[in-house]
Amino acid sequence: MADTHRRIVPGDEPGEGDGGARLAVTKLLRPFLDYRRLAWLWVRAAAQYPLSLALMSLAVTTGVLTQVGAVVIVFGHAGTLAGFTVYEGLLVFALASSAFGIADMFAGSVERLGHHVRTGSFDAMLIRPVSPLVQVAADEFSPRRLGKVVPALVVLGIALVNVDVEWSYLKMALLALTMLSGVLICSAIWVISACVQFFVAGAREAANSLTYGGQALTEYPIAIYGEEIVRSVTYVVPLAFVSWQPALLVLDRPDPLGMPEYLRHTGPAVAVLLCACAALVWRTGLRHYRSTGS
Amino acid sequence: MTSNAIIRTDPGEPIIEVVDLGRDFVLSEGPFLRRTRRTVTAVRDLTFTVRPGEIVGCLGPNGAGKSSTMKMLTGILTPTSGRARVAGMEPARQRTRLAREIGVVFGQRTTLWWDLPLRDSLALTRHLYRVPGRAHAERLAELTELLELGPFLDTPVRQLSLGQRMRGDITAALLHAPRLLVLDEPTIGLDVVSKSTIRDFLLRTNSERGTTILITTHDLGDVERLCERVMVIDHGRLVFDGALPRLRAAVPTPRMLVVDLASASGEIEVTGARTVRVEGPRQWLELRDNPARVIAEVTREHEVVDLTLREPDIEAVVSSLYRGADPVEEAGSR
Repeated sequence: MADTHRRIVPGDEPGEGDGGARLAVTKLLRPFLDYRRLAWLWVRAAAQYPLSLALMSLAVTTGVLTQVGAVVIVFGHAGTLAGFTVYEGLLVFALASSAFGIADMFAGSVERLGHHVRTGSFDAMLIRPVSPLVQVAADEFSPRRLGKVVPALVVLGIALVNVDVEWSYLKMALLALTMLSGVLICSAIWVISACVQFFVAGAREAANSLTYGGQALTEYPIAIYGEEIVRSVTYVVPLAFVSWQPALLVLDRPDPLGMPEYLRHTGPAVAVLLCACAALVWRTGLRHYRSTGS
Repeated sequence: MTSNAIIRTDPGEPIIEVVDLGRDFVLSEGPFLRRTRRTVTAVRDLTFTVRPGEIVGCLGPNGAGKSSTMKMLTGILTPTSGRARVAGMEPARQRTRLAREIGVVFGQRTTLWWDLPLRDSLALTRHLYRVPGRAHAERLAELTELLELGPFLDTPVRQLSLGQRMRGDITAALLHAPRLLVLDEPTIGLDVVSKSTIRDFLLRTNSERGTTILITTHDLGDVERLCERVMVIDHGRLVFDGALPRLRAAVPTPRMLVVDLASASGEIEVTGARTVRVEGPRQWLELRDNPARVIAEVTREHEVVDLTLREPDIEAVVSSLYRGADPVEEAGSR
């Protein structure tokens, strides 16, 4: 595993002349390759403590399964909620949970930005020729986060098989695309809320109300929360595009609150827009970075 | 920006060029709602150049602005005024590109992977800096020999001694063969042997590879052993920039004559010197005149067993320089 990268190593120095396109591609891929390399090292570091790793993974999985149980119980008692059956409710839950879980796996560590700033380890990241965002995101990457993603995907599978939907290739592709958008939206929200820590020390808890709070919100059909909340998570913090709109898309159902139907197709655009915002906020934060005293 | 007018570096160009560099910090103080903002200046109007191949020591008390300066030179901090060019680049803007040309070691924190063998952290460096495999292997072998890393290359970093870890950090900073090495207190907390290994190694790297070295330190041994040139920063300003002997000359710190008399007696009184301390038969005389004349007079008047003439150590010189510096209004707190 350690040596599969070799092909990209030599000859990617800016040798003028041939292969401008190849150069552009390697340049584009570079953050991902760096990410993979850093993450792999963290995985190996985590593997130094196998018992701890196993227990943590188990704890995370148990947490997800408890939430699944809660969804089943709530819908089991109510029958339907906002017109959603148990499996449809599970679909919403699983869409939210897997998007959030995957985003958390790859970018969740950015919430530790404040810690890096305080301890000065952020300085050490800035002196490497690798984007500090990649380094912060890959920091302490751990396989235990799969403990959240895998059960969520399993529940998603179960829900998708059991909901009453006519499947077509187009719909599957759309589902994949909206899920990808969901992951990007969650990641972007992670990054944006982490950037607050550039300006305010210890803002992590406030940021968590948006990230983890957002997850809790999106796990149920948001129509149950009432119109104001639905509007704010559609137009302000676009969490509705993580699970609610994709679920409406898959189930091919009119919006219970009568919001425009084209919204369910705008997920990817929202994701791109939000990622651009995140990049902008990150850059601004970086420019205002003041480092620590020593 | 006028920086476009500056030509990319060729070998004769300075590797560091700093003009009127300054950095302010805005501090918010006081309780919530009654918070006041205050601007403190950590670095002001710094101007200097460093030529390739120099070893420059940067001295100054804590909070003088040394670290802020280093951070601006490495692109970590954006200056609020003036400009800096390092290796032909503007550090804050071209930070990532600059990172490939410079190596940085923070003495007080490590960039190595705590739980993994040193070898793994060094291998990672090769990928992040995109050093071709063969060049990396050669360089690693060379550094392993010079810094005697062999015995602990496969030991997890958390089990290394401070000296071993520092050697590992220096290796990590040099594997991509940077033109400039920036060291922030590299010998802090190390024992004498580790210090001397590191100093010898730095001298060798400088002379054999021509690596420019910029080093901040409180350890005056580092300065005396390594640096031809010294910059003293105090209250965010450059108060001295020049060769080490000139630093001694710039500050009139008197030499000290230590006299051991045959028996304890009253203070020696001679013209051209002042007795500053008496401990039994031993007396310390601060010289203000030609030492030969003073010594002649002391030996004529008293029965002397032993005599030593002490040069002022650099520590005394630097601290008298700190005291002499103009206090700057709103002095920097970092």
